[in-house]
Amino acid sequence: MAKILLEMKNITKTFPGVKALDNVNLKVEEGEIHALVGENGAGKSTLMNVLSGIYPYGTYEGDIIYDGETCKFGTIKDSEGKGIVIIHQELALVPEMTIGENMYLGNERGKKFKIDWDTTYVEADKYLKMVGLSESSKVLIKEIGTGKQQLVEIAKALAKNARLLILDEPTSSLNEEDSRALLDLMLGFKKQGMTMIIITHKLNEVSYVADKITVVRDGSTIETIDNANHDIDEDRIIKGMVGREITNRFPKRENVKIGEINMEVSGWTVQHPLYPERNVVNDVSMYVRKGEVVGIYGLMGAGRTELAMSIFGQSYGNLLSGVLKINGQEVRLKKSPTDAINHKIAYVTEDRKGNGLILSQSIKVNTSLANLDSISKNLVIDKDREYQVAEEYREKLKTKTPSVEQLVGNLSGGNQQKVLLAKWMFAEPEVLILDEPTRGIDVGAKYEIYCIINDLAAAGKSVIMISSELPEVLAMSDRIYIMNASRIVGEMKASEATQENIMAAILKSGRGD
Amino acid sequence: MKKSASQILKENTMLIVLVLVYLFFTIRTSGAMFSPFNFNELITQNAYVFILASGMLMCMLTGGNIDLACGSLVCFLGALGAYFMAIKNMPPLAAVLVMLLIGIVYGCILGYLVAYIRIPPWIATLAGYLAFRGLGTDVLSSNSSTGSISVKSIESFLNIFAGKLFKTKMGELNMPCLVVGIVAAVLVILLNVTSRANKVKKGYEADSLGFMLGKSALAAAVILLVAYKLALAGGIPTVLVWVALVVLFYSFITEKTTIGRHFYVVGGNREAARLSGVNTRRIMFIAYLNMAIVTVITTWVVLARVQAANSTAGTNFEMDAISACVVGGVSAYGGAGRIFGMVIGATLIGVINLGMSLLAIDANWQKVIKGVVLLAAVAFDILSKKRSK
Repeated sequence: MAKILLEMKNITKTFPGVKALDNVNLKVEEGEIHALVGENGAGKSTLMNVLSGIYPYGTYEGDIIYDGETCKFGTIKDSEGKGIVIIHQELALVPEMTIGENMYLGNERGKKFKIDWDTTYVEADKYLKMVGLSESSKVLIKEIGTGKQQLVEIAKALAKNARLLILDEPTSSLNEEDSRALLDLMLGFKKQGMTMIIITHKLNEVSYVADKITVVRDGSTIETIDNANHDIDEDRIIKGMVGREITNRFPKRENVKIGEINMEVSGWTVQHPLYPERNVVNDVSMYVRKGEVVGIYGLMGAGRTELAMSIFGQSYGNLLSGVLKINGQEVRLKKSPTDAINHKIAYVTEDRKGNGLILSQSIKVNTSLANLDSISKNLVIDKDREYQVAEEYREKLKTKTPSVEQLVGNLSGGNQQKVLLAKWMFAEPEVLILDEPTRGIDVGAKYEIYCIINDLAAAGKSVIMISSELPEVLAMSDRIYIMNASRIVGEMKASEATQENIMAAILKSGRGD
Repeated sequence: MKKSASQILKENTMLIVLVLVYLFFTIRTSGAMFSPFNFNELITQNAYVFILASGMLMCMLTGGNIDLACGSLVCFLGALGAYFMAIKNMPPLAAVLVMLLIGIVYGCILGYLVAYIRIPPWIATLAGYLAFRGLGTDVLSSNSSTGSISVKSIESFLNIFAGKLFKTKMGELNMPCLVVGIVAAVLVILLNVTSRANKVKKGYEADSLGFMLGKSALAAAVILLVAYKLALAGGIPTVLVWVALVVLFYSFITEKTTIGRHFYVVGGNREAARLSGVNTRRIMFIAYLNMAIVTVITTWVVLARVQAANSTAGTNFEMDAISACVVGGVSAYGGAGRIFGMVIGATLIGVINLGMSLLAIDANWQKVIKGVVLLAAVAFDILSKKRSK
């Protein structure tokens, strides 16, 4: 048996009122890739913050034994000194600085007050090569894509002489190709003897890369599953995560009654708002019927969000050409979301924190926002009515909160997503465009969101669901459009669609520019 | 849902600080601070802060935006008003309307620049800050050898903005003033009682009965105290009516109306507001048009109180308004803040100003103390909120 590099023993961490971690145990062998899985809020990140010294020694109970000795980390610097380096989910790079400057931020080469830039860049280039990047370290961060930025983060960690590398959701913002490259890079590091802990929601990645899987649920470690042969069944992991057998990850559609065409676009071409020579949506034609769920599958950057937002009152880009028909009638929307809302179109954003919700306001305020006029008279808001509406949607969508006066910023991702949906359902649209409706939320909440989508369709609404998760698109849609490089490159009935022929449609169309 | 005592304290830290500071000055001035005359002074001296800060609050709600030009605009509009009334002998009503018209035109231009051309507000108003001081001084120096135009003789103007309602002599008990105070106190209690009864009937969250009664009793007591003191000081200053109208109007707008709600959501997350169908540009436009109108009202009040226009009028008014908002808990990043909080903040600053004058503290040191108090108030507020999380 290999040597145990890290052992976390009986870790208990309490926040005022909540026990975030309760007697957690974790053993990581030297040279293995250890996956940490669990629903949102299960305590994975808290555990890693304890390990890296963000929550210093003394604020938690239990022992951290690393490389044979008990450690008492007071700051991140202490743990990094021992070679424990954590790469956080959100990239922490300064866009206006070079790759090299970023890599040695807070870890500068040279003397106390004088930075030795020559050494910095030579060393940076060395580490960039190790992660397979051919860029010079003098290139600015903002000039490289997200996938490469993630690699720079890893190079930065290597530059700190990492022995134990912790990656928190490293692929959450990467497309499949970049994700695969990153996972292969991890396997390469493993061969060289590096130990890694990966936190991820993507279970296919877990079974591909991890040697052992520890499941965390409600602040406790439930089990550690062996995955030496990399053949574990995803349902086996999910069972541990949610504590029960999930027989079906997607609810059955009932009452499927597909009616007339509700909304249709043809010849839809949209310019990039800043670079007019680039068409972010190119000659797209599509339609959606009443009671139908239409999936739009495509990789990130395929133009899906741009298409959706341009339909939604041209809230993105400039419309060059194209016709929008609602109920068979041609409609010219003004360049304003208000006009789209008045025509019963709703766009539920993929970025709920960035441009979906007002985090500093209550559930109540967020719920009523898109249709405030319906509960107001002469500009005066009927606050009783507003409260009732918010309560109604809280019950309908099973949002978990003590009260609708709760600030949205205090809710978990899944509940925030429900508030966002509530806002748009209250706007009483006929066409709902849902952009990545289940991004970053846990299995249980996903199931509930799927049920809501099915209910909407059963009520005769048209739902367009944009997603980069293939199983979700396959299971939820009646019909699927495939988008790549600003164009629709395929359309198929869900009954005929498979993972293979969808990927084939994308590959056949080429990767564009 | 019942609130714990510590929660109530936390939500009202500034109110408590205000009471403590007031008590401190009352003791140090051996009661002078508590005299009818100084009650009256506190209101008339600080009327401009309450009015101006109401508009500043609306600007700050949209995302921590401020207006640096309002102080200089007070100088310029005041100079014009005095010129029209005292030199051109324009009827006061006409002059007042012309001032309003100029304010509205300027507000439209400023609003357009900020909302549609997207010039950052502090830069757009920095231009006004410089230009209006120059214009105002120019109007004064080219029409008066002393650089100041007196409006002492325009009595109807002075009466409307700086007079007393039902004027009586100092020390005599002014009955109309008392009656108004009693009516206001009863109204406040009635409003609180009916609003709670309504909430309870419909099964919503409401304050406990005791808390509501205590709150109402306290508010009524303060109103009665102010009314009693003002009754002894010669009656209700008309400027208090203007302040009350402005403050009540903006309380209503911010708390009850859709447009008020839009100010909060634009400041909370502008992109989310836009995608929810809020016309974010129109909100920015209204914020700055509104600020100009509020500045006009301020100018009337200030011109009538000083009874003359001069080139230093309105100096640092913008900073006073911003301070009142910030001390009153208005977020410097936008999206949060209440008129009631601003009123407490403005009163606190007014009390400190008056108290220091009564103690005859050196003017330079007054500035130092005000700066420190401002910083301490905000730090205290942030720390107490942090601990409650």
